[in-house]
This record gives sequence, structure tokens and C-alpha cells, in this order.
Amino acid sequence: MVDITPADGIPPAEVAEVELYHPHSWWTKYVFSQDAKVIAIQYSATATGIGLVALVLSWLMRLQLGFPGTFDFITPEAYYQFITMHGMIMVIYLLTALFLGGFGNYLIPLMVGARDMVFPYVNMLSYWIYLLAVLVLVSSFFAPGGPTGAGWTLYPPQAIMSGTPGGQDWGIILMLSSLILFIIGFTMGGLNYVVTVLQGRTRGMTMMRLPLTVWGIFTATVMALLAFPALFVASVMMLLDRVLGTSFFMPAISEMGEQLQHNGGSPILFQHLFWFFGHPEVYIVALPAFGIVSDLISTHARKNIFGYRMMVWAIVGIGALSFVVWAHHMYVSGMHPYFGFFFATTTLIIAIPTAIKVYNWVLTLWRGDIHLTIPMLFALAFIVTFVNGGLTGLFLGNVVVDVPLSDTMFVVAHFHMVMGVAPILVVFGAIYHWYPKVTGRMLNEALGRFHFWVTFLGAYLIFFPMHYLGLMGVPRRYAELTDMTIMTESAHHLNSFISIMAFIVGFAQMVFLFNLIWSIRHGREAGGNPWRATTLEWQTPQTPPAHGNFGKDLPIVYRWAYDYSVPGAKEDFIPQNIPGSFGPSKEPA
Amino acid sequence: MAETLTHIGQTEPRPAGWKGIAADWSSDQRAFKNVSWGKAMMWIFLLSDTFIFGCFLLSYMTARISTRVPWPNPSEVFALRIGGSDIPLILIAIMTFVLISSSGTMAMAVNFGYRRDRRKTAILMLLTAALGATFVGMQAFEWTKLITEGVRPWGNPWGAAQFGSCFFMITGFHGTHVTIGVIFLIIVARKVWRGDYDTGRRGFFTSRTGRYENVEIMGLYWHFVDLVWVFIFAFFYLW
Repeated sequence: MVDITPADGIPPAEVAEVELYHPHSWWTKYVFSQDAKVIAIQYSATATGIGLVALVLSWLMRLQLGFPGTFDFITPEAYYQFITMHGMIMVIYLLTALFLGGFGNYLIPLMVGARDMVFPYVNMLSYWIYLLAVLVLVSSFFAPGGPTGAGWTLYPPQAIMSGTPGGQDWGIILMLSSLILFIIGFTMGGLNYVVTVLQGRTRGMTMMRLPLTVWGIFTATVMALLAFPALFVASVMMLLDRVLGTSFFMPAISEMGEQLQHNGGSPILFQHLFWFFGHPEVYIVALPAFGIVSDLISTHARKNIFGYRMMVWAIVGIGALSFVVWAHHMYVSGMHPYFGFFFATTTLIIAIPTAIKVYNWVLTLWRGDIHLTIPMLFALAFIVTFVNGGLTGLFLGNVVVDVPLSDTMFVVAHFHMVMGVAPILVVFGAIYHWYPKVTGRMLNEALGRFHFWVTFLGAYLIFFPMHYLGLMGVPRRYAELTDMTIMTESAHHLNSFISIMAFIVGFAQMVFLFNLIWSIRHGREAGGNPWRATTLEWQTPQTPPAHGNFGKDLPIVYRWAYDYSVPGAKEDFIPQNIPGSFGPSKEPA
Repeated sequence: MAETLTHIGQTEPRPAGWKGIAADWSSDQRAFKNVSWGKAMMWIFLLSDTFIFGCFLLSYMTARISTRVPWPNPSEVFALRIGGSDIPLILIAIMTFVLISSSGTMAMAVNFGYRRDRRKTAILMLLTAALGATFVGMQAFEWTKLITEGVRPWGNPWGAAQFGSCFFMITGFHGTHVTIGVIFLIIVARKVWRGDYDTGRRGFFTSRTGRYENVEIMGLYWHFVDLVWVFIFAFFYLW
């Protein structure tokens, strides 16, 4: 560490440091911990655990789709339950929790130069309520009638009728209760992330010096705090419809020839509420991925991110735009055509900031000193996957093109590419990148490369053929196609092919999990800054960072996060806490 | 008044208006200067909570404008028979008066809190809590009255079933907010009374010391709950 002269252009501390909570026992240190880093690991482990359930569910679905009629235990009802739980778990309990609760908790305090989140106790509660939400969700597998099979969008009226698995049993009740709990827990954490970024930064850390990872997580959290309320309200109302017999979403309807008590509700209202949450949710998952991948590319290409400010404004712009596009999920629900026109326009406008981001990633790579490390491989894979998924988004965003493609496998392929595979590739890249900071050891390189190539190529072999099936009109949500004549003959075995690929990719994830556990003890020693990165988390005195993160004195930030390969500097990176007098900066003035 | 520290440690007047906001947001450490963590967190929570109540009210309005059967007339439904004549909305008027008054006592509590007047602060907070509890009590009375008249979440004698659903859901959710507020008012009042904010006594759960600002943060929540009631009053009872 260099000797830091405090006067070097940095204002003094505005407030005294808040005393940290110091744990006294094993329980308060590792279980009921108020340390954001421990909470992050708890969040990540829980999310990974429930994610494995979703992975197994996807295997079961692929067993049915690839080899229909072979497995007796996969009834159509069971298939719907698998599809519902797979979707809900992946979107909310895995990706949202992992990006915001996992990466957010670990990286925000370290990257902004704080000792912890601003309210560690509330932060701890956030995790335990999340865990409770997960347990309620899991319990629905063991409830009479099993989990809900309403599809991940839970559209009423079918979601609470007896024809749907779990509709008149416990499934839907547990699902909605779990969502309500998740939102309460998330709000507690989310408030912490936002306030820590806004009010808890260290000296010299301006908003425009934040690493893009923090910008992505921060914006996504703000969006989540404004979008989850709609899901909360929708869940409460559907729960009342189901339990008390109200008619918020239930029109006059008959079931098995009998008129139900419901009357006068609006199923479309649920769709509006759901997608007012649901569309921002796509970006709640995508924006942290955008941010993280920017940092991975810059670090591993040894080059400053191209157009940092544009990247920030693109993140903020995407976040704002995503609140005015929700009805593009409802083109076939029955809308006034002018609404479709409006929502198609706003949807396509999102292509502008996302294209800016893609161009900037590519321009960052342009003539960079590209190290094909595993995080970099995943980052590159993300860019191509995101472009692929984004392009099909242009198709689906147009009303006239969407109508025939709606409810086909094309849609499934699109959203898996853009918000399934792409963010998960970033999750993997981020884990390979930050694992050395969390554990002090590197993940095994050979296993990592195996994992990357199987996952990357496998994901394409799974989802590319799905586009083709969708264009031929193969519908989604069908447990079995009895009439194969809608497909050309050569495509008849495509579903079996996709299924086999899915098993192979799933197997590669087991290798990854083995690597995660094995490397804790047997990985190569990483040292404090194995990637020679500039951001503050790599400058901590201890690795893994100790309680309080930064030792006696908080770091002071003198430069942006992207001083790589600065001409005239001794090394090809200058950490953020190195004063300007020790070398020039490429930070835009 | 508004000052900011420059990079060489001197204070200079902070630019006013939008320039000031831009200067604050492009500075280090804090985007909202002179705003504590707790206060910032409460404001952001209230923003999120606004969206919850907004969604509830929008859903109610959707149900009300799209129903094909008559909506019960609030003036008649919420009338009380006092002295032989029906007085429309009288109970709601009293409830609203009580709740708005509690905002006044809350504001006074904040004022005395910053003057370090422990006794008056605690008494005014308890008075606020009492007014809040009165409000919840009157709400319970109103619920009881409607239930005995046959209003249920799934139907009522006078018209659209959504009347009862929306009424119980929205007033119930608001009443829960008031109840939580009353509980926390009592907790904070006790801390003020005991002098926790002077002696630096640590919180039982958080093990952090509190400050008199907590009274103000509590007040933010309380005023918010009152403001929400104004909207519920306008959209549900006066419409």
C-alpha cells in the first residue's frame, strides 16, 4: 500500500463512522450474522439450493417433451407443476435473490468503500425472511395436491380453479404466500442496498466513480422496490379471491357445469399488475448482469470501459423505460390496437440503450489486451447470447409478428436466451471472478473451462432449435404433441435432441458445483488481487475481507474504476485508492 | 445555511436550486447532504409503499368503473343514525379528524424532541399513539357495523360484490399500517422517556445507539399513513 496524503483533492469525511456490530458467538458470527458478506453467502447458497430444484424440474420437463409417453409418473398435471415451479424459482428465487441478495450484499459495501450495509440488522432479517419464503415454496411440493401448476404467470381465473393442479388445493395458496414473504424480505434488503450506495460511500467515491457492477445492482434494486409492489398487491388480491371468495380477478364463471360464486372480476387487471412487475423484473435480472459483465470485460481486456457515462445512462434509461412497456406481454389478451402500437413503440425504443451497451462492450474489447480467462469467456458468451436473445425480442416486440409467434416455442427460446442463459452466464463469470476474493483460492481452471464450453455450446444446442420449432408453430405449455404433422419430418426428433443436450448441460453444472466445493480447500492460493483489478474489493488488507472490510482506515478513492493500461503508468492497472500524484488517469474530466 | 466542504476542506456556500442538486449528486460520500441513513431509508421505503397503495387504489378504481351492477352509495352505507336522522359519513369524518389531529401532535413531538424535552416529546408521542389507536378502534366499529348489515368480502346487500372486497382490503391494509405505527410510537416514546437518546443506550435487537432524529423518522411514517388515508377518504368515501 502506498502512503496516502489525505489532502490530495478529496473532501474530508462528512460524518463519523458508525460503530459496527461485533459478533460475540459462533451463532452471531456465522448463522445470525449481520455481516453483509456472510449474508451474501447465505443468500447465494440458498438461491443455489433452490436453483438445483429448478434444474431437476427442467430435466423432468425435458424427459416428457423429448420422450413423450415413456415416463408414466409425468402426467400432464405434473408437467404443469414442473413448468410453473421451474419458471418461478429461476426468475425470482434464484436470479433475483442471487444478483441482488448475493452479489449485491457482497459487492456493494466492498465496492463503495463501506464497512457494511447501513442497517445490518435489517439486512439480516431480509435473508431470514427470504429463507422462510423459500421454505414455504418448497413445502408446496409436499402439500396435498402438490405445487401450483398455473404457469409461472399465475393467470387467473385458471390459477385458482379446480382444473389446474394446486388451484383448489394448497399449491396456489403457498405460492402466493411465498411471494408475499419474498417481497417483504427483499424490501428490507433492497432499502439497504439503495441507501448504502446513495449515502454510505467512502471519501472520494462519487456516483460517477462507482464500478458499473454497483450501478447495475443499484438501479435494479430501485426498480425492484417500485415493481414488486404490483406483484405484492396482485398476490394479496388473488389470495383473497382464492381464500375468501372475493372477485377481484374472477369473472362470472362456471366450472364442471356449475356456476361459481365469483362475479364481475377482471382477469386482465391481474395481467396488468403482474406485468407491471414482470417486465421490470426482466431488467432487475438483466441490469446487474450488464453491470458485472462490463467490469469483467474491462478487467480481463486490461482496458477502460468504453463510454462509461453512456453505460451509466443506458442502465438508468433501460430501468426507466422498462416501466412503460409491460403490456407487450399482453398483445393477445385483447387490447385496443392503439395500446399495442404505444407499447410496441416503447418496447423497440429499449433497443437503443441496449445497443449502446453492446457496442460499448465490443469497443472495450477492440484492440484490448484480451486475456481469455474463464470470467472473460463467460463475458464474451454473454454478449453473443444477449445479442441473439435481443434480436428475437425485436420480432416479439412488434404486434403483428408477435401474434402468430405468441405461445409458441419461439417465445420460450427468446426469453431463455435473453433472461435465462445470458444472466446465468454472467453469474458463472462473476463467480469465477470473485470466488478468489470470497475464499482466497482460485477455482480449478480445467474444470472451469470444461464447464464453460459445455454450458455455452450446450445452451445454444438447446435453445437454437427451439426457435425453429416455434416458427413451425409448436406451442409452448403443451405436455405432449399428439399431432406431429405440424412439423416437417426432419424436425421430429429435435425435441429428443434438445432433451439430451439439456441433460448434458445440467451435468456440467454438477461439475461446477464440485469445483466450488473442492476449490475451497484444494484451489490454488489466489492472493489479494489475482486479476490485477482496480476496484476497492481487491484492495482489502485481508483476503477474504475481514469483518469491517478495510482494516483500521477506510480507503480513499482518487480515480474511477477503469484505470487499466494507462500510458506512463508502471503497471497496467491503477487501483481506485491510488492518489493522482502516483500516476495519470484516463478518467473523463 | 447550506454549506459544503470543498476539496481543500474549506466551507463555501452550496449552490442553490438545481445546481445544488447536481453538485450534491456529483459529490462523494452522500447524494443527499445532511440526510442521515435512517431518514433516507424511510423516505425510500415510503416511496415503495406509495406504489403498494397506488396499486391497491388503482385496482379498486378499475373494479368500480368496470362493474356492470350498481356500486353501493357510500353516503348511505357509511351513514350513522344519530338522534333520529341519518348523518352521512359522520363516523368517517370523525375518524379523519382524529387521524389528521394525530399528525399535529406528531409534529409537535418532533419539535420537542429536537429541543431535548423528553417529557413533552414522550407525552405527545403517546397522545399520537392514543389518537391512532382511537382511529383503529373506530375502524373496528365501522367494520362491525357493516358486517352486521351483511357486507362481506364476497358480497353485500346493495350492489357490486367488489365494494366489500375493496373496502375490507384497503381499509384493512391501511389499518395495519396505523397499528404498526402505534406500536412503534409506543416503543420510541418509551426510549425517549427513559432517555435512551441522551445516554446512548443500545437497541435490544440492533445494538446501535439511537438519536432524537428517530422521533422525526417515526413522524415521517406517521404523516405518510395519514396522507394515504386522505386518498382513501377521497377515492373510496367521497367518490
